[in-house]
Amino acid sequence: MTCPINGPRPVSEFFYHGELRPMPDPQAATDDAWADYVFNRNGAPGVKREWWYHLPSGVWFIAERDTATDQVLRTYLYSDAVAEAVQ
Amino acid sequence: MPWRLLRFALSKKHPEPRMFRAHAELKRSYDVVIIGAGGHGLAAAYYLARDHGITNVAVLEQGYIGGGNTGRNTTIIRSNYLTPEGAKFYDMSVKLWQDLSEDFDLNLFYSNRGHYTLAHTDSAMRTMRWRAEVNKHYGIDSEVVDAAAVHKACPMMDLSCNGHAPILGALFHAPGSIARHDAVAWGYGRGADQRGVEIHQQTKVTGIEIVAGKVKGVHTSRGHIATSKVLCAVAGSTPRITKMIGIDTPLFIHPLQAMVSEPLKPWLDPILVSGSLHVYVSQTARGELVMGASLDPYELHNTRSTFDFVEGLSSHMIDMFPFLADVKVVRQWAGMADMTPDFAPLMGKTEVEGFYLDAGWGTWGFKATPASGKTMSYTVANDRNHELIEGFTLDRFRKYAPTGEKGAASVGH
Ligand SMILES: Cc1cc2nc3c(=O)[nH]c(=O)nc-3n(C[C@H](O)[C@H](O)[C@H](O)COP(=O)(O)OP(=O)(O)OC[C@H]3O[C@@H](n4cnc5c(N)ncnc54)[C@H](O)[C@@H]3O)c2cc1C
Repeated sequence: MTCPINGPRPVSEFFYHGELRPMPDPQAATDDAWADYVFNRNGAPGVKREWWYHLPSGVWFIAERDTATDQVLRTYLYSDAVAEAVQ
Repeated sequence: MPWRLLRFALSKKHPEPRMFRAHAELKRSYDVVIIGAGGHGLAAAYYLARDHGITNVAVLEQGYIGGGNTGRNTTIIRSNYLTPEGAKFYDMSVKLWQDLSEDFDLNLFYSNRGHYTLAHTDSAMRTMRWRAEVNKHYGIDSEVVDAAAVHKACPMMDLSCNGHAPILGALFHAPGSIARHDAVAWGYGRGADQRGVEIHQQTKVTGIEIVAGKVKGVHTSRGHIATSKVLCAVAGSTPRITKMIGIDTPLFIHPLQAMVSEPLKPWLDPILVSGSLHVYVSQTARGELVMGASLDPYELHNTRSTFDFVEGLSSHMIDMFPFLADVKVVRQWAGMADMTPDFAPLMGKTEVEGFYLDAGWGTWGFKATPASGKTMSYTVANDRNHELIEGFTLDRFRKYAPTGEKGAASVGH
């Protein structure tokens, strides 16, 4: 896994935090929409944008990874542009 | 060499019938199509035929029978779960297991060993007491024992765990057992086949035909089949199937790995589990130690093995059993575990009429095989959820009513 700040490091130094998903507005969302956000996941394989964390240095970042082959395509820091792309 | 074997070798014809028939063609339609010939799919087929008289059934398997998680698991069977739903369901399963070899006329090497969940902290002891009370309430044989009792059952273990995690006591579950996993698939498969069910290996389901919210058929790598009922029992492949028909689920797939040692003289009778050290271990009739640990830390739809796993698990094994330091690990492998957030399965009817789910078996579903087959065959035959699985339906999440099984199931087995 390549940390955008520290470069390639053994994967055991990282913590995986799941797919990056837009959160519906908790005030406006219906109960069903909120339950969908809290519980349901896109469990099928594919290229996903995921949260990863480099434990020794405390860096949170995004990895684009193919969850069928475990190939990491890109890693980069989170930004507003990323947030918008996911909406 | 037994005489029978010699006769096989010399004869051109094999006098012993095969375990199940091969069918050159798929029929155009079946009453029920089961996706996945793991233990769960085959058990459902067996009970559909035996208990409900439904025999026009096809079990479709993309690979070979029992080649999924059924043939990859560490075969621990127990019922000392934490929630009432869990305890009742697994208790039914353990009772079915006890007669299964007779039922099949096939030796499953079902071996009753007793199961110790080791507690290394005060809070773990507290959870053990809680579990013991829930278990006793439902008539399940389960009790908290002290460190001396653990020592007596397993004198070879270093109770201090190399000073890292001294053992304070354990939850002891006398019915805890192991069994030969592939024999379970073969036993259910043969029994289903003898009653008319067709098992089709090398047949992959590629799509499901739905018209006006109802199942009409399935597309396979060998052509189309018409059916009004589909049971999906594909464990780690479940999200691929539910995606075909637009059903959202909380399932997430992480690999679970396991490994075995070279064979040793028998020295470990009980099954031991340590949540703190992420270890579960038993010794098979062949003398190998079968060892597992917790789930791999990230999503992956793949059965690759890692060195990290062997390294981590071996170090914890040596904390418990320093004398194993020179023993070799001879095999390792992985399965794809279909995990749910509340460590309970997803079973029963769905929003699509005629589409039944048997999934979310994660790291704990081998022991459930008989009860799952029983309850799912009832559910499919009657189009009504069996009462034992009412707490396990997919819509519990939409109702914000997950079960609370995590405490008893979170170390994979
Ligand atoms: C390493 C490991 C250790 C475990 N240890 C334990 C344990 O100690 N105790 C316990 O109770 N449980 C344990 N489990 C969990 C247990 O193995 C599973 O929950 C259980 O075996 C699931 O059985 P199944 O029949 O549902 O699935 P599987 O045996 O995985 O069968 C599903 C079948 O579906 C087929 N399939 C998938 N997609 C398709 C398709 N599109 N078309 C046709 N066929 C398809 C697959 O090829 C597979 O054969 C463990 C699991 C693993 C991986």
